[in-house]
Amino acid sequence: MIAGLVLLPVLALLWQAAQGSAGLWSHLAANVLPHAISQTVMLLAGVGVLVAVIGTSCAWLVTAYDFPGRRVLEWALLLPLAVPTYIVAYAYLDLLHPLGPVQGAIRAILGYDSPRDFRLPDIRSMAGAIFLLSFVLYPYVYLPTRAMFMTQAANLVEVSRALGTTRGQVFRRVALPLARPAIAVGVSLALMETLNDIGASEFLGVRSLTISIYTTWVTRSDLPGAAQISLAMLLLVVALVSLERWARRRQRYSTNAQRGRSFAPRVLSGRAGIAAFALGSLPVLLGFLIPALYLSIEAWRRFQFAGLSDVLLTEARNTFLLSAIATVAVLVCGVSIAYAARIFPRPGVLAAQRIATLGYAMPGTVLALGILIVVAGLDRQIAKLAENWLGLSTGLILIGSGVALGYAYLARFLAISVGSVEAGFSRIPRSYDQASRTLGHGVSGTLWQVHMPLSRGAMAAAGLLVFVDCMKELSATLLLRPLNFETLATHLYGEAARGTYEDAALAALAIVLVGLLPVILLARVGRGGPGS
Amino acid sequence: MTRSIQLTSAIAIGAATLASAGAVSAQELNLYTSREPGLVEPLLEAFTEATGIEVNTVFLKDGLAERVEAEGEASPADVLMAVDVGKLADFVEKGLTQPVESEVLNAAVPENLRDPGNQWFALSTRARVVYAAKDLDLDAITYEDLADPKWKGKLCIRSGQHPYNTGLISAYIAHHGAEAAEEWLEGMKANLARKAGGGDRDGAKDILGGICDIAVANSYYVGRMRSGAGGEEQKEWGDAIKVILPTFEGGGTHVNISGAAVAKYAGNKDEAVQLLEYLVSDEAQKIYAEANFEHPVKPGAPVDPMVASFGELTVDSVPLTEIVTYRKEASELVDKVGFDN
Repeated sequence: MIAGLVLLPVLALLWQAAQGSAGLWSHLAANVLPHAISQTVMLLAGVGVLVAVIGTSCAWLVTAYDFPGRRVLEWALLLPLAVPTYIVAYAYLDLLHPLGPVQGAIRAILGYDSPRDFRLPDIRSMAGAIFLLSFVLYPYVYLPTRAMFMTQAANLVEVSRALGTTRGQVFRRVALPLARPAIAVGVSLALMETLNDIGASEFLGVRSLTISIYTTWVTRSDLPGAAQISLAMLLLVVALVSLERWARRRQRYSTNAQRGRSFAPRVLSGRAGIAAFALGSLPVLLGFLIPALYLSIEAWRRFQFAGLSDVLLTEARNTFLLSAIATVAVLVCGVSIAYAARIFPRPGVLAAQRIATLGYAMPGTVLALGILIVVAGLDRQIAKLAENWLGLSTGLILIGSGVALGYAYLARFLAISVGSVEAGFSRIPRSYDQASRTLGHGVSGTLWQVHMPLSRGAMAAAGLLVFVDCMKELSATLLLRPLNFETLATHLYGEAARGTYEDAALAALAIVLVGLLPVILLARVGRGGPGS
Repeated sequence: MTRSIQLTSAIAIGAATLASAGAVSAQELNLYTSREPGLVEPLLEAFTEATGIEVNTVFLKDGLAERVEAEGEASPADVLMAVDVGKLADFVEKGLTQPVESEVLNAAVPENLRDPGNQWFALSTRARVVYAAKDLDLDAITYEDLADPKWKGKLCIRSGQHPYNTGLISAYIAHHGAEAAEEWLEGMKANLARKAGGGDRDGAKDILGGICDIAVANSYYVGRMRSGAGGEEQKEWGDAIKVILPTFEGGGTHVNISGAAVAKYAGNKDEAVQLLEYLVSDEAQKIYAEANFEHPVKPGAPVDPMVASFGELTVDSVPLTEIVTYRKEASELVDKVGFDN
């Protein structure tokens, strides 16, 4: 049934796509697709490799080694999650502009007077986009992978150490293969985010497929055409995800000693310790500190110039409440689906599990349109029934009350919770289920007594990711929110659309601050280690 | 449906209605707008002050038409406001608007700036102009000149797919035909100093930063930058450029509009018409001119002195309604020449 909720907007889009759009594909094939596809593939490949490398190596660094500052780094590495990609892109565009501080300093050092004499290469490029997106999105890999490394049984590592492998070999031969599901989930989440990104790509001049969909819809007013491209893109994503699953179909990742100790990290001191800290800090610096510092300075300047708007507080509250409610709903649904797939691995249930993750693979705007069609249709029916039975005019209850928004977040982010929870469950040996059932626990008792406690870390991670994603979400929020209802993201967008970015700095900073709350919370949960 | 479900839904609906009833008592209207909230707020506040009518707003960038269409008869929207003539034409095409017969509107809005069937009315106009570096020896330019190879590596402009630019390209098609427009776009692309992208203000910023010599952008941003409302930095950008009103060969300057329409199923039609009439009043047109630095639609309404300093605006003769018909072709041409790639 939950899967059905996700499927509905997709069907609505299919219906839209079927309305036909004359001459679209010949135009696309001739003028758009060759470039858009190559740009998209390049962007995805670049971001995919980079987030996997950064995320996995940082996770290994803070798990396998101990050095001064490690405890700070453990949670600090999560911080870029709190910053939306479009904000980071904007911050860097400004910082690296010829008029910005970086080039200004370089000119001063080299003795040039005017930006006309010396200029760095433009950040508006494919390389710039890959670089920026990777340093913001790597926590999607870092988070689940670290959880995986931490719970990998010490004895596995110790056995391999006893057999004479070096630490590097342990990483390559033992830890890495075991962490593969987590890395795969993380990379695919980061890639979906990349695929969905409109703001950063637009700022940086990357003409991805998503931008083509957008152009077809907005500039040419061709919704059926846009729906057709989205569905084609969706098929592609589904094929890729299935391929990845098929590739690791025979592997099992559970070990028999889940609650074993984490293995003792190796202590690095002196120069090695400093080097390790510096290396681990780099992603935090680039993905969080620099943009956050930039925002703080801009926000401060703006605050002195224009003061604090009282609506900001209301918007922050709206944002927080909406995201919190949606997160709980998404988690409950995610656990239900992942657990159902575990205990009844029948084709129907597994298919439902796949379907539940479709929403994340679609561009947010397009999914929002699908949901709009479904919810508004339902709203009209309710209004009609109320009129006929009660003689009341209800207006649009679902859209007016924000239920439509909650629905959109659910459809959009269910994939995150299903994926993370499933990865958490996959490490729990089947024998535990059997033992629990033999001991007289029912299906739900086993979930409460065994699975939930053992995958607490994975669930906390899923909750965090969903929360910050809800908070940053823009396209659906913009399209489906009730009258007079603003969130931080919509406020920010309103200012950015008007070109008054400076007014938006405060809202952007507020998004980052609200996003920090769950990151800190998670760091506290994660510190004890999942299951401890 | 069973009895108990019927009852539960009846109660739920009743409760929701009661909850929202409190807000309905005062005179009010619902505005769906793709105009940025910061721009319309001063106008709406003045309207509420003048009439006592409260305005509820939802700012929807893209998908405004889709939302109203999906909401159908139950839509609470009374007024639909948008910034590009193409969007207003979309409303009419989707049947989301109703005609308004108003002496006040007909008198205030020139015929070429409203729908022939009175479905929408322009509220303000903005010219697509050229920013040039202060020290550049250039006082006049035609849109055709922008493709001249002498500007190679010196031109900045935002994405060709942005409605401001597809509007301009449509006007070019209206003047010279699609083939000439394609050549013109190719020429402009060859002249680009950097990738087409960013916003209009970036044109001024990049001129100061030495990236380009000339930029295509809307007129009202200059007022905003120079007024200092955006901070000291932007004042510097605004002061680094001069504004030239380009024309088409044998024509005038391309303008686009912001405008509004009354929604087809408006529950507060009277209030909606009042808002439209208010927005073309001398008072509101003055706010447009002062707060937004746009050209007022009402003939004779005062132009902001700074905007007036750009020179006398001669609006291009091709009617907006004709320009709208070339939008799709313009957007496809942008793809075809790979303007944004």
